[in-house]
Amino acid sequence: MARMKFLCDADRCIECNACVTACKNEHEVPWGINRRRVVTIEDGKPGERSISMACMHCTDAPCSAVCPVNCFYTTADGVVLHSKDLCIGCGYCFYACPFGAPQYPKVGNFGSRGKMDKCTFCAGGPEADGSKEEYEKYGANRLAEGKLPLCAEMCSTKSLLAGDGEVIAKIYKERVMKRGYGSGAWGWKTAYRETIES
Amino acid sequence: MTRLARFVRLAIGASALLLLVTAAAPSMAQQVNPTASAVKEQQLLQELNRIQGRVSIPDQRSGVLEQPAGREWRKFRNVTLRWIGGIAIVGMLALLIIFYLSRGMVRLQSGRSGRTIVRFTSYERFVHWMTATCFIVLAISGLNVTFGRPLLLPLIGHEAFSAWSQWAKYAHNYLSFPFTIGVLLIFVMWIAGNIPNRVDVDWLKRGGGIVGHDHPPAYRFNAGQKAVYWIVVVGGLLVSATGYELMFPFYLSGIEGMQIAQMVHAIVAVLFVGVMLAHIYIGTIGMEGAFEAMGSGTVDVNWAREHHSLWLDEENARTDGARPQPSVTAAE
Repeated sequence: MARMKFLCDADRCIECNACVTACKNEHEVPWGINRRRVVTIEDGKPGERSISMACMHCTDAPCSAVCPVNCFYTTADGVVLHSKDLCIGCGYCFYACPFGAPQYPKVGNFGSRGKMDKCTFCAGGPEADGSKEEYEKYGANRLAEGKLPLCAEMCSTKSLLAGDGEVIAKIYKERVMKRGYGSGAWGWKTAYRETIES
Repeated sequence: MTRLARFVRLAIGASALLLLVTAAAPSMAQQVNPTASAVKEQQLLQELNRIQGRVSIPDQRSGVLEQPAGREWRKFRNVTLRWIGGIAIVGMLALLIIFYLSRGMVRLQSGRSGRTIVRFTSYERFVHWMTATCFIVLAISGLNVTFGRPLLLPLIGHEAFSAWSQWAKYAHNYLSFPFTIGVLLIFVMWIAGNIPNRVDVDWLKRGGGIVGHDHPPAYRFNAGQKAVYWIVVVGGLLVSATGYELMFPFYLSGIEGMQIAQMVHAIVAVLFVGVMLAHIYIGTIGMEGAFEAMGSGTVDVNWAREHHSLWLDEENARTDGARPQPSVTAAE
């Protein structure tokens, strides 16, 4: 079984934000919520890097560990998903997440944040694959159709990689070998407790 | 002449080519490494324990790329807090049960006189019970967040537990307002009687009326009650302040501030619950005649003499030495 992961090759990301746009459109993500965003570090300075970040689908996910109602589950592919029917919108996953992935539709509204929303690795939710209910709550289920997340699929520089962790790590390693440099797999140590030697 | 011109042209061309080659050589020999000055993830994390940058979407808070501090918070929430809360609450319950079994209810030594004196006005009792009711709901719904998943969820299942937790969350959020108002009113209403003084030292030395076996003198509030008062005021304001910080995310602080707020909120709250269990014990089965003070608002004069002798003297002096009125007027 594959272990799905994201990898953003920061030396290739050109901060075009197409992944952000693709995600919002594919899943009809409501206004104010961004499941994916591009962060530019050291903006305008030498050594500036941009990284596209969403839920990393962590190993031993902190969100899942701290959830008071245990609404998270990890699929056989290692994708961390949650049930919006069980979520009570308490905000705890959001305190625990290292990547700022959980989003709420009603931030700051007397604590009634509404059901949490986050990146699903284009794998929907607990409802039947491809059903209308699943689409309305979680967006498209591309994984069930045999497709990988759209953000990575349409990345123009192929900076953002999504798929089996071993496969994308190999692709990244080969790139680093060929071009002779690489600023590392951002977030991997925090999310998966491993790094890619480069 | 033409030969010389051709030679000169050739020489100039050759030297120009040589110059071009030697100038270009260093840049060709050295491989370009654009990551030489690139930002390094581990270095950034070590410096600040978080990585922050610029985003072009409206939500500027999403500029925080990574903050692994959530891991420590997770450990606190799932391990440390459960130990602190478990020890505070189960420990206090065990202590109270042992105490009750060994000491039993502290009886009125001189029995009841049949005459009563007003201890708490209806306004004071209203504020007390409003705060107390809110506190009980807040405590149960709060403990549900920490202990519900391991203890209650396996018993009632996911759907029922989520539905209950959702309502508990709403109750927790909305009842915080009357609770905070109650704490503020308690602070103002009873501050006069709760300033520690010399009488308290003697009272504490003699173990008060519940641990010790005699009745050290006390004014309206003894040292134990003063301790409860200050725990309620300080603890209540701490849980209120940290609770509102969590209820209104990003108004006061970022995520790291909310993690600290949750930690303070939870620790103060579980200790608060422990103290309140003891308060409820003394006010009900722990001491004869104590509940009436907050129940009907009046206490037996003998109870007042035993537990709050100085306060009774004050009250008697205030009513010009008049005898306390019988609560039940005899039919004449």
